[in-house]
This record gives sequence, structure tokens and C-alpha cells, in this order.
Amino acid sequence: MLDVILALLPSVVAGIWFFGIQAALVVLVTTAAAVITEYLMRKGLKREQTITDLSAVVTGLLLALNLPPSIPLWIAIAGAVIAIALIKQLFGGLGQNFINPALGARVILVVAWASRMTTWTQPLTDAVTTATPLGLLKEEGLKAFSYYDLFLGKIPGCIGETSVFAILIGFAYLLLRKVITWHIPVLFTGTVALLTWVAGPEGFFTGDPLYHILSGGLVLGAVFMATDYVTSPMTRKGTIIYAIGCGLLTSLFRLYGSMPEGVSFAIMLMNIATPLIDRYTIPVSFGGEKRVG
Amino acid sequence: MKWIFRGGVPAPHRKNTKDQETAVMGTPSKVVIPMVQHIGAACSPTVKKGDYVKVGQVIGDSEAYVSSPVHSSVSGVVSKVEPMLYASGKMVMSVEIETDGKQELHNSINPPVINGKDDFLKAIRDSGLVGLGGAGFPVHVKLNPPKDKVVDTLIINGSECEPYITSDYREMIENSSGIIKGVKLVLDMLGIPRAIIGIEDNKPEAIKLLSQEAESDERISVRAFPSRYPQGAEKMLIYSATGRKVSPGKLPADVGSIVLNVNSVSFIASYLENGIPLVNKRITVDGPVVKEPKNVLVTIGTSLKDIFDFCGGFISSPYKVLMGGPMMGIAQYSLATSVIKNTNAILAFDKKEGDLPSESPCIRCGRCVTACPMNLLPLELNRLVMADKYNELNRYSVLDCIECGSCSYACPSKRHLVQSIRLGKDAVKRTIKR
Repeated sequence: MLDVILALLPSVVAGIWFFGIQAALVVLVTTAAAVITEYLMRKGLKREQTITDLSAVVTGLLLALNLPPSIPLWIAIAGAVIAIALIKQLFGGLGQNFINPALGARVILVVAWASRMTTWTQPLTDAVTTATPLGLLKEEGLKAFSYYDLFLGKIPGCIGETSVFAILIGFAYLLLRKVITWHIPVLFTGTVALLTWVAGPEGFFTGDPLYHILSGGLVLGAVFMATDYVTSPMTRKGTIIYAIGCGLLTSLFRLYGSMPEGVSFAIMLMNIATPLIDRYTIPVSFGGEKRVG
Repeated sequence: MKWIFRGGVPAPHRKNTKDQETAVMGTPSKVVIPMVQHIGAACSPTVKKGDYVKVGQVIGDSEAYVSSPVHSSVSGVVSKVEPMLYASGKMVMSVEIETDGKQELHNSINPPVINGKDDFLKAIRDSGLVGLGGAGFPVHVKLNPPKDKVVDTLIINGSECEPYITSDYREMIENSSGIIKGVKLVLDMLGIPRAIIGIEDNKPEAIKLLSQEAESDERISVRAFPSRYPQGAEKMLIYSATGRKVSPGKLPADVGSIVLNVNSVSFIASYLENGIPLVNKRITVDGPVVKEPKNVLVTIGTSLKDIFDFCGGFISSPYKVLMGGPMMGIAQYSLATSVIKNTNAILAFDKKEGDLPSESPCIRCGRCVTACPMNLLPLELNRLVMADKYNELNRYSVLDCIECGSCSYACPSKRHLVQSIRLGKDAVKRTIKR
């Protein structure tokens, strides 16, 4: 867990750099709320304390990075409580949740406080109500930002999702420490790249895959959310199906959905499909025949 | 061609005793010889209380084909014939003998007369030889596969992949010529065209010595395999040596192989020369609380206590004593249990190393899946066993588990995976029997 926290730090720093003290407050308050909720829930459920396993810190950080910088703090706190109390602890605690807690909480917040969750801040200023790159692309077919700004993160968006650069530093660290393998992030983003390129706005093969990769929550989701052990399949084969499914759904939501972004919903749906995938990808024993049925 | 099995773990080697010549331990004052020292039917005692027995005399035998006779390892008087505590923790019919220290050979002992394969197989059975690598499968059965199976490769296991254990290594160093002699005998007698001796590459000395000995015989090749646990597991070794995979429920002979431990083949050579059955065994005595770790040639039936005493006793009181290696060994309930034919090590640990860590929740990281050389899903098996869902275990091929312990070793949550899977296997086997 400590490795994941360390891997998230570059994104935290980038978020605070671009969105200022407000972003720092969101990160701090959300993480604290997650840890406190975990403590109170374990106490209330009369179970042994688990806050030292740091999983609540990870959930808090991940949720914060998935919130707009201008989010009212009480909504951030509500999100942390939903993540830890409802999605994690009521299903049995660490290892038992059927969807990623931070992701599930984000989805509930998006539905419950739609406008607050889609109110954006211009980076390095205090100006508000800017549309995100994906929003502009969706509404007006406009590519308003340079690849360079998209990569560095000088764009409106959630605190941790904008800087692809910072996320990649974390990704490299996770790979180095062998916490995750490359499969899910690469296959997930690869599938989105392929599909957004093929199904372009002016016919086949006219899309801009790079723009799609660099904007929105794709890279953050692919590296930190989709790779959650608990809610992703346990075999290599299952992992591949899962990652491609995430990419397929994300592309469908982005290209044909009513909202500009679809990463959260895509990962959540594939989380739910994970037990099913696991059931149909039971490996054959060493030396065994391909199983029937 | 190189075949490397998937999975496994880089278990530490800790071959502390590898450079120490085998010490010979004298005859203990008392031995306890169980009637089961092999896979297969238990023997019935052929002696009774008060009988005088000599070294090499048969004291237990069985009519069953898959079985192996038990011999007295000492000369002395039978003091008890009753169920006694066995290494597995169960009570097993055993013969206790109070030794007289004379170690006289029984008059039945003569070098066997061999005129062909049938005599050879009978001699192997009479010798009481069981697979010395650990499982203890009667060797005369291994060497006599069904007629329709063509065996083209004899594989000799010198991998010794378990941490600490060096008893096979010492055999390769101290008796390399005996090993090669045994290999040639088996090849000649069974008409097998080639032999592959597989050794982990962390034992260069052994590879060198055996290669020199085998040089003159082009049927025999010595191969170095990566030191990755469980390289010495039968299925993994066959795969590394030949690229053939033994299907679940099948035997090595189904893929044209017979696997014997280095100690087993060298014993065959010595038995054909002097006719003395399997009454001694070299074992590694090691672990952090053993005062003088070493390899010891012990009389079968010697109690663990006597052997530890021979090694200077304990530095501090042992927290856990294992028979076998730290990956697959069985924790012992009492130091009164005795060494049997296929014991290859006894290890004693302090609380720090011996304590089973407490479990954390499974986070489904899949490290056990990556580690399992049999391609199973240890986390699912564990979940089903803990939930008493024994009827679903077969869907996850529970019986294919070789109990190597790689999953427990790899688990970051320290879950007792292989332990629970063994429970599950036992439950499934009992259901099948019923």
C-alpha cells in the first residue's frame, strides 16, 4: 500500500501545482475523512482496527485525485464516507469490495451532484467554469489544447487526472516495484486509442487517439483504478479480457454517450464483470487437457 | 532445448551444511521402526515382543504389490509392537527394538543373484528401497511400469531445491561413482536408452563430479537446471529434462520417464554388491537453534531427540521442529518420533523463524497464481476451503496441487494457502472414497 501512496505523490504534487491551495485542501480533507471513517466503521462493526494497512489512505487519495479542485469540501467528505463505509466496510472490508471504493464513490457523486462535479477551474488561475478538453471536444468538436499542455496537465480537470506526466512517473515506480504489471494500463489505453482512431468524427480512421489518451481520466484510471487487485481478474487471460473491456466501454461512452467522459463507468462495469470473467478463465492445470464446460 | 517451468519461487538456499562431510552416528540404545515408510499398503509386523532380531532382518511385510518390506536396522530385542506416534502425527503400528550394540548382520544377507530383469526387480523389492527424494514410492513399482508404456528416459533427481537440505548434495560429492554405477545398472537391467541427471545450477561441484564420472558412458548426460523452487518436483523435473508434461492423474511412465533420486540409484548399486537392505539414511540436521548443524548418517528408527543430541543439542529451546524442508516439511509434535526411510532432513527453528505469521485479508493480488507451478488458483481454493464449500473444489482442480508451498511463500498477506488446500484435498479424497 505504501508503494501505491508513493506512486500517487507525483500526481498530488502536480495537482497542487496547477490548482493551488484549494486542491491541497481537497486532498487533505478527503484522505483524513477516509481514514476517520475506516476507524469509526471498524469500531462500530466491532472488528479489529485496520487503518495501519494504509488502504484507507490510498482510497482517500484516489478519490481526491478524482474530484474537481473547486469541489465543496463537504461533498468530498461525503464521497470519502460513501467509499469507505458503504462500498468497502459494509461489504466486509479490505479484499471484499466488488467495485473500487474510490471509483464507486466518484460515480455516486457525479450522479448526485452533477453540476458541482463538472464545475472546472482553469489551471494556475482562479477562473472557474471552464469546460474540460473532452467537454469541448464532445460539444464543439474543438481541440482547444496543445498535446504539450495535455501531457503536462495545464488543463482543466480533476486534481490528479490532468498531468499524464506525473501519472507516468507513478506508473514507472509501480512497475519497478513490481506492484502491477503493464498489461491493464497498456491494453486499456491501447484499446481506447485504437477505437477512437477508427471511429473518428469524419469517418473511419480520422480520430485523434493521442488527444483522447492525454485528456480526461483515462491514464489515471488505467494506471491506478483499473489495476486495483481486489476488483480485477486474477489470471493473465482474465486480465486481458478485462482491460480490453474497459477500453471498449470507455470508447463507447466517450464517443456515443451523453457525457464527455466514461472512464469511471467503464471500470466500474468491468469491476462488476470480474467474478464472471474469473469464472470463465479458470486455468488448465500443468499438463492438463483443455477443460470442457 | 531448454524448458523452464512456469511459476515457482526464488526460495533462499541456506545450504549451510553443504561443505561438511557426513558424520556417522553410532547405534542408538533404542529404535522405533514404523510399518509404513512408503506410499502404499502398510506392512504387518513379522516379529513379536521378546524376539531377538539382527540387522537386515525383515520385521514387517505385506502381500500387496504397492508396498515395501521393513527391515530391522539394529540387532537387539523387540521390546514393543504397538501403534506409536509417527512423523505425520498419526499413530502407526511400529516395532520398538532395544539394541545390544553388536550390530550383527542377519544370516539372510547375501548379495542378490541377478539373472535378468525379474531378479533385479525382486532384489529391489527385497532391499526395502522406496523413493528417497521424499514421497517414498516403492522403487520396484516405479521400475516396473505397465507393459504398454515405453520408457525411454531415466531421470535422476539431484535438484534438491528445498532450502537447508544438503543430503542429496553430499551423496553426489561423496559417492559420485556409486550414483553413476547405479544409473548404469538401471539402464542395463531395464533396457532404457538414456539417463539425464538433473541438478540445480547452485551446485557446480556436484555437476562437475558427476559429469566426470559419466563421461565414459554416452547414454548418461548431466544437466544443470535453474535454481528455482520447486525444480526438484517430479513433474517440473521431467518437464525441464524432456519438455514433456505429465498430465494430472498420470504417472511419469506415461511420458516415457522414470524418476529416481540420486540416493536411490546409489543405494541400488551398493545393495547389489553387499545385499544390505535400507537400514541407514543420511539426513541434514540444521536450523537456527541446532548447535552443530551437519549431515548425519543415522540408523533408521533413531528418534529425533537422539539425533539432535548427537549434533550438540539446542542453543535455545526449539519453537518448531520440521521433518523435511521448510517448504514442504511436516511440523513435529514430539521429539520421540523417529527417522524413516525417506526422511531427508530434520530442522529446528526458534520462534522468530518458526512462528506462523498471522493472516491478513486476501487482496487478490494474484502472486499465488503466478507462483503456482501447477497453474492453479490458490486464492480461490483457500476461499472455498475456508467457506466449507468442498463440493466446488474440483472445479478448481484441487487434487492437482503438489503441495509445494510456493503459494504460501509468495503471499504478501501471509495467508495459510497450502495448509488450507491440503485440508481441502483430504476432504475431497475422502468424499471420492465414499
